[in-house]
Amino acid sequence: MAPPAKHHVLSVLVENKAGVLARVSNLFARRGYNIYSLVVAPTDDERFSRITVVVDVESAPLEQIVKQLNKLINVIKISELDPRDSVERELMLTTVKAGVGERSQIIELVDLFGGKVLDVGHDEMTLAIDEHPTRLDDVEDLLRPYGIIDLQRTGRVALPRLERGTAPRLRLAN
Amino acid sequence: MTTTNGGEALIRSLEMEGVEVIFGLPGGAILPVYDPIIDSPIRHILVRHEQGAGHMAEGYAHATGRPGVAMVTSGPGATNIVTPLADAYMDSIPMVCITGQVATPAIGTDAFQECDTVGITRGVTKHNELVTRAEDIPLAIRQAFHIATTGRPGPVLVDIPKDIVDPTNPRSAMDWHWPTDGDLASSLPGYKPTTKGHPRKIKDAAQLILTARRPVIYAGGGILKARAAEALRELAELCDIPVVTTLMARGAFPDDHPLCLGMPGMHGNYTAVTSMQQSDLLIALGSRFDDRVTGKLDGFAPDAKIIHVDVDPAELGKVRRPDVPIVGDCRLVIEELIIAIRSLVGSDKSRDEVLDAFPDRSAWRATLSGWQELYPLVYEQSEAGDLLKPQYVLEELRDRAPEDCIVASGVGQHQMWTSQYWKFNHPYTWVNSGGLGTMGFSVPAAIGAKVGRPDRMVWAVDGDGCFQMTAQELVTAATERIPVKVAILNNAYLGMVRQWQEMFYDERYSEVYLSPDLPDYVKWAEAMGCISMRVESPEEVGPAIDKANEIDDRPVVLEFRTDAAEKVYPMVPSGRTNDDIVVDPGLGEGSR
Repeated sequence: MAPPAKHHVLSVLVENKAGVLARVSNLFARRGYNIYSLVVAPTDDERFSRITVVVDVESAPLEQIVKQLNKLINVIKISELDPRDSVERELMLTTVKAGVGERSQIIELVDLFGGKVLDVGHDEMTLAIDEHPTRLDDVEDLLRPYGIIDLQRTGRVALPRLERGTAPRLRLAN
Repeated sequence: MTTTNGGEALIRSLEMEGVEVIFGLPGGAILPVYDPIIDSPIRHILVRHEQGAGHMAEGYAHATGRPGVAMVTSGPGATNIVTPLADAYMDSIPMVCITGQVATPAIGTDAFQECDTVGITRGVTKHNELVTRAEDIPLAIRQAFHIATTGRPGPVLVDIPKDIVDPTNPRSAMDWHWPTDGDLASSLPGYKPTTKGHPRKIKDAAQLILTARRPVIYAGGGILKARAAEALRELAELCDIPVVTTLMARGAFPDDHPLCLGMPGMHGNYTAVTSMQQSDLLIALGSRFDDRVTGKLDGFAPDAKIIHVDVDPAELGKVRRPDVPIVGDCRLVIEELIIAIRSLVGSDKSRDEVLDAFPDRSAWRATLSGWQELYPLVYEQSEAGDLLKPQYVLEELRDRAPEDCIVASGVGQHQMWTSQYWKFNHPYTWVNSGGLGTMGFSVPAAIGAKVGRPDRMVWAVDGDGCFQMTAQELVTAATERIPVKVAILNNAYLGMVRQWQEMFYDERYSEVYLSPDLPDYVKWAEAMGCISMRVESPEEVGPAIDKANEIDDRPVVLEFRTDAAEKVYPMVPSGRTNDDIVVDPGLGEGSR
């Protein structure tokens, strides 16, 4: 089993209206809790948005955060996603130096991680890779020697894993 | 459906909510809402400063249990009412504040008298909302009153841009529709306060109570918010458990009841403080383990198991981890708890038989009454020609007022003495700023309380420092014929700060002297339309109070010249545990 996570991942279902993100982020800010990453997007029901927020375990007592979040009138539901019981993804866009000699090596690397090449110039390439956040860390490490010109990650989104009984036997992804 | 405009709809919505009085002050952005007030049965009380409107709304809510309503304009109007909002938030006071806002196209342009009201007040309100369409006004008002008064009560602010209430602007046109209960519920999908306690937890609590040898009920302001004073009394009497009432809960349990131990905390009495320290079971009902009650946390009630009942789940475990946490309305939970205790003992048993089911607590009772005898509240009466003792003034005020008199206070020494020396035998007779500690609270809060309960005598006990912060509202009281009474304990100092400088800063008095004569309080009060007297010697105290009590057609201000050297005892020094409580040095041998 994986070691205990260093981050809390909270999935917060909120009303999709103005000011809600400010209320949520204000709650962290006034207590001095640093937000590691934060993603907001509408759900399949347009009345609601889902905020996926990652906070550092040591700086923030989870129980109080969840209770305080629950007090916000516009918050519908909060689930803590244990990384061991959830599927997580993050998208990374990056532009790296890629001279004629390095191009094929980089393409090979991108293929290995199931990514795509979005743009190719004379001596640089822009890549898109969606992966588990820790795997993206690996990709970053592997690309760094080529020279990273620009890099943007989205922050993680997550959903709970399906129950063992209902999930197919073959796990398709970590 | 009838066609109307946002301004009329706003006032009509307030009428639908049963609002009888608005405390407010108009200005540019809120002007269109003030026009329909002329034709409304709602009484509007014109304050002299927006902070006054906020504290009046709070005082009204304290005294009546109904939400107080304040209405002010944008920008400075809104920022001036931030303090009362924060005060109401800390003390869980139901309050609805309407603020004007610049017209929607001007929002964010640094327009005249514009500020980010919902941004500024986000952290000091239970909820706030900027309304951008006229047709949303009735629902926003219904939501505001619902949120302010249910669950843990608190202030809600509704920010209203000028264009959606101005009848000359097409954006204000709307069809009137008063939202149904269903509309309200579906508009707040994330708001469902828990009121009923979990039956298993209630049973666990009953079992703890049945085995405790040194139990204490730690009653907080939540008892009053939940209208649970009677239920609390029934529980205490059924189980013969002593009760401490926190600063916010004074009056929630009668001071003259044999089981009442009075106020705990930094300036609580020895018995109340030490009973909690040495208890084996603390039954916290609507209280929140405030730092002024617990002292240094790791030394607080070290042997006590904790039952914690609160309507706000975030209070449970916030400060001290409870053994039995119960989320729910205090009144409902206490009633269920009584049933659970009775059924554990056998529901056919008489009260005496119920008492037999508890362990022998006679030693605990003897200890408590021993402390009460050893460590009463004491002060030395002043010598002839000396300044008055503030405690003496309070005893005289208390003894000469009717028992159901409402008393409001500011913040500082006079607040602590009032809480200590007044006898609160009825709920909703004590109005003060506990959590935020807002100096200047008492005069406007007393006015609000008197508006809500015109049948009651209302005294504001104030310090000279506090009085100078909000005294202008006595003009409001005189104009509106709101006959409140104000007792200024004038010791010419910021007294509590002076006390700390004397005790903890080597008597280095930094910026605390105010002068007894500047301002001339009597002339000032008279200039504001009040009757006023200065009282300097002990024999004048009683007659002056009697005279003030007879006046019922205008505000009265009594200025008492009091001794600045007097300190509030007992005291738990800041940062120390409650075991280090210091009682009045006058207790001599027995003092510690």
